[in-house]
Amino acid sequence: MLAHQFILNGQTVTVETPADLPLLWVLRDVLGVRGPKYGCGVGVCGACTSHLDGEAFRPCIHPVGSLSGHEVMTIEGLGAQGLHPVQQAWIEEDVAQCGFCQPGQIMAAVALLRKNAHPTDADIDAAMSENVCRCGTYVRIRAAIKRAALLLRSGAGIGG
Amino acid sequence: MADALEADTAAPGGLDRRGFLTWVVASPTLMIAARWGLDVPAADAAQAGVAAAAETPLSLYIALQLDGRVVTTLPRTEMGQGITTAVAMLVAEELDVALDAVDVRSADADPRWLIQLTGLSSTMRYLTGPLRSAAAEARARLVTAAALRWRVLAPTLTTSHGEVHAPDGRRLGYGELAEEAARVLLPLVSTRSKPESQYTVVGRPTGRIDALDIVTGAARYALDLDLPGALPTVVARPPTLRGAVQSFNDGVARTMPGVVGVVPLASGVAVVARTFSQAFAARDALQVSWTPGPASTLSDVDIRSRLRDAIGPRPLPPLLTTRTVEGRFDFPYLAHAPMETQSCLAHVQGTRAEVWLGAQDPKYAQRQVARALGWDLTPQRVTVHVTRAGGGFGRRFFNEAAVEAALVSRAIGQPVKLMWSRDDDMRHGHFRPASHHRILAHLGLGGSILGWHHRAAIPTVELPHGFGDVLTALLGEALPDATSAVFFAISQRIPYRFGLASHELREVPIPIPTASFRSVFTSQVGVANEVFVDQLARELQVDPVALRRSRLPSNSRLRAVLDKVVSVGQWGRALPAGVAQGVAVLEEWESAIAHLIEVDVTRGTPRVLRVVIAADVGLPINPKGVEAQLQGAAVDALSTTLSAGLHIDSGAVREGSFADYRWLRMKHVPADIQVHLVRSDDRVGGVGELGYPSAAAALANAVARATGTMPTRFPILDEGV
Repeated sequence: MLAHQFILNGQTVTVETPADLPLLWVLRDVLGVRGPKYGCGVGVCGACTSHLDGEAFRPCIHPVGSLSGHEVMTIEGLGAQGLHPVQQAWIEEDVAQCGFCQPGQIMAAVALLRKNAHPTDADIDAAMSENVCRCGTYVRIRAAIKRAALLLRSGAGIGG
Repeated sequence: MADALEADTAAPGGLDRRGFLTWVVASPTLMIAARWGLDVPAADAAQAGVAAAAETPLSLYIALQLDGRVVTTLPRTEMGQGITTAVAMLVAEELDVALDAVDVRSADADPRWLIQLTGLSSTMRYLTGPLRSAAAEARARLVTAAALRWRVLAPTLTTSHGEVHAPDGRRLGYGELAEEAARVLLPLVSTRSKPESQYTVVGRPTGRIDALDIVTGAARYALDLDLPGALPTVVARPPTLRGAVQSFNDGVARTMPGVVGVVPLASGVAVVARTFSQAFAARDALQVSWTPGPASTLSDVDIRSRLRDAIGPRPLPPLLTTRTVEGRFDFPYLAHAPMETQSCLAHVQGTRAEVWLGAQDPKYAQRQVARALGWDLTPQRVTVHVTRAGGGFGRRFFNEAAVEAALVSRAIGQPVKLMWSRDDDMRHGHFRPASHHRILAHLGLGGSILGWHHRAAIPTVELPHGFGDVLTALLGEALPDATSAVFFAISQRIPYRFGLASHELREVPIPIPTASFRSVFTSQVGVANEVFVDQLARELQVDPVALRRSRLPSNSRLRAVLDKVVSVGQWGRALPAGVAQGVAVLEEWESAIAHLIEVDVTRGTPRVLRVVIAADVGLPINPKGVEAQLQGAAVDALSTTLSAGLHIDSGAVREGSFADYRWLRMKHVPADIQVHLVRSDDRVGGVGELGYPSAAAALANAVARATGTMPTRFPILDEGV
């Protein structure tokens, strides 16, 4: 059992777990960070999507041992200093139904908008098609991403 | 327990103009209970107002708190369908409080709830009346309490923003009046609910009250709750459906890091560990010999032929029939596949058990857990706390995870959080059954339609929970075939004037677990009907919209929504080769809906370009929520009609995740799914299931018109033949 140190939502954390323990279970079972959800455990549904050094990634298939010196952000970290424009857009478009996939959807959308301030429908298709929404909120997710892009361009919020 | 049912009542409220009974519950602050009273004879109703709530089944209650917040407790479960928002809107409207001053909670399981079942698109249909009555009663008592305190005439007082106002400018918050209002014996102002013409909240598009919690990750599902010491638990399950453990060796598993215990169950072998990851690893290290399940000799081809064989010979056609047209349709088994897999938090201590889960029928969960623990006669020892659920769709009428979690908790003497893997959830669920359908349209001279005969062969749909009340629950468990047949008979019909129309169910015993799925039988019967209406139009060489219009009553809700979708969707507009439109309609649970879908088949795989929906759901309490349900149901229907379906290989489900159960993704769904509401506010119709069947049929009809071939087997892109 080794100690693994990484930055989680802006704070340095140290956990003593096997190195191959997927980060999702370190977050949920060890650290009590429950925003990222288990939906498949094999990286195909996107319910746990969070950020590793600013890029969208899947904690369910990412071993904690590889995180030393890296920065992880979950949905809890995104809104830490007030709602992020993407979260604001999600509320304004009334996206969520059951809500279970939405932390992952939002984190995927934030990562997309960080790289691409003017995403086209095709860009949204490419970036968001690895996240399943079983309630079928895709239409509103797309609308919220476009709204968030506007909010970000107009300088609202913390700028992602 | 915050969400437990209160026992005692004091002064009667009475029966309001709509027939809903209300009571004041004995409590330090004002609390009003209500029930749906239409089934109570008038003479008894007067008595019922005085009876103790403990003996009278309730629908809901509303409690005023000292801080002015209004807590509404319902025997219903929020699974994403937006009922908590709609309920808060009704309460805010009648009580004149801000929407964000209303909290809506799901009640613990309790036999005193009249109906504690979330399904059949019934929540708002059943609860709108009692909610209005209870909130109006509460408002009247708050106004009366203020009048008594101020010594003014009650009718001169007004309410807004959670306060009572006097003509002289004095005002009191509801919180300050909550105690006095509880002691008001007779309201001095009308307890009638508002006329709908005065609504300022209900009927306006409103965002969900839980949106902030969801987007910040604060929303809590069963396994997000903090129960100190609760241990992650997973179960090794057989390769075949309902297979059983023959023998197992846990020698290696028990020595693995983090493992706390191994517990054999009827459904498999449970592993308890410090983290889920460790539990999964130890589960995989178990050596288990399995007895094959009862369906292990059955694969898709066998099931399809059994269903086809059950259809039997054709009935005699009506007199004057000159020609009979036949259609045959096959539907697959479907997994509900909610994003949150089956999960439960449980703590069994001595003679008490507590479980937390997103159950669609908490009373059934209570009975099932009690039975598993050997407490059949004392189910009240089991407390079922209802959490928000990450999707339901019919799957959460069953509570295997709660039964397993309770047994494991008792065995290891600690609380557990038991989770099904995605693979478990796909391969060991209760499924929407497969089905085979034969539709016969009997035609006469001059294009007349003399008869419509639909015979559906469907494995028995398990409804052991009944329809939420005690009687049908007993029937559902004792006579599953009869319950399923009764439900088929009351729910299946065709809206058109097609002469002698009949629907028959042939129940086929197939040992694969089933459950209702969004729109239950209509997800197959209603879809097949609407696809075959298009086939009939082709046979008669008439436009499918013209055929439907000519066979629907002119003032009907269906005609209105069909006309709406035809006009806003521009039915018949010029489209390139390989692109076509399809329409379909449905009337169910006092609502009517029409879909127009455009599909492009020029690249082989059908691609949905546009979905236009028109719906009449009566009074849309939250139009934004109605729109969300209809958009979501459309994606359900497109997914399962086009690409997602289960395959059975020797009693095992082939699909194990969203990688092979091909639910539509962002890139497959059109950028816009338009919803147009046709308002007729005379009732509250069902919404949750309404949007599925005609979306599926409109897609199939569009594909038929684009390719020239009517799809008869679903999902259309099935490669597993």
